[in-house]
Amino acid sequence: MNERFLKRYSFHITANDFMNAGKGSSSIKNLLKSMEIDAIIIRKIAIVSYEAEINIVIHSFGGELHCDLYDDKIVIVSEDVGPGIEDVDLALTEGYSTAPESIRELGFGAGMGLPNIIKYSDDFNIATGNDGTVIKITFLM
Amino acid sequence: MKIQDIAKVLNAEILTDFNSEDRNIKCGFASDLMSDVLAFANSESLLITGLNNAQVIRTAEMMDMDTVLFVRGKKPCKEVLKLAMENSVTVLATDYTMFKTCGLLALNGMKGIESDE
Repeated sequence: MNERFLKRYSFHITANDFMNAGKGSSSIKNLLKSMEIDAIIIRKIAIVSYEAEINIVIHSFGGELHCDLYDDKIVIVSEDVGPGIEDVDLALTEGYSTAPESIRELGFGAGMGLPNIIKYSDDFNIATGNDGTVIKITFLM
Repeated sequence: MKIQDIAKVLNAEILTDFNSEDRNIKCGFASDLMSDVLAFANSESLLITGLNNAQVIRTAEMMDMDTVLFVRGKKPCKEVLKLAMENSVTVLATDYTMFKTCGLLALNGMKGIESDE
């Protein structure tokens, strides 16, 4: 692969902070807009990073959302500290969720987060363990 | 439908207004579940919801949706309206239920998005 890494932009995401949930994705969206990237790709990236950000807010103790720019792709990396995902296959199933009722009242936690991420991305990679989860989501340019 | 026409049909209050006069909203997407909005809606549609929190505006922002309609008498708080203003999202609120709202909009020519037709 001759891909060339250009730059990483990082945003800190706080657990359980629902008023500010989405701020990181909003920053990523505005950043990409300023780079004159195709609007449809920007929307896909915004949706996916927002779902990933909500997951960090709901399920982890906090983490980082990174936007990695390459010359031929953009990779969103969601990196959290937390209990990890017990059963990844189940978590990838539409409708499966471990989120409590309080999260569902916020309009999330219906088991659509990871399926939505896969739906909108070109490549998806997940690594999870007792100390946290790292998700890499790729968008080809 | 124009914003003014939507407000008239639903007896709705216009809380923020950023749409140009020629913005004609042709389709709507109604859900209290934001993940479903992210999965199925499109940027042209009116977001109709009974969910009342900041995530509604964030969802509209990510989807490039410019208009949100709150139903069942939900009135967004100051912080939510501030977020709407920061993102140039037009916000309306009606006391009507989700079903009545969608029925009235459909009677006035508004359609669902293509994937549910």
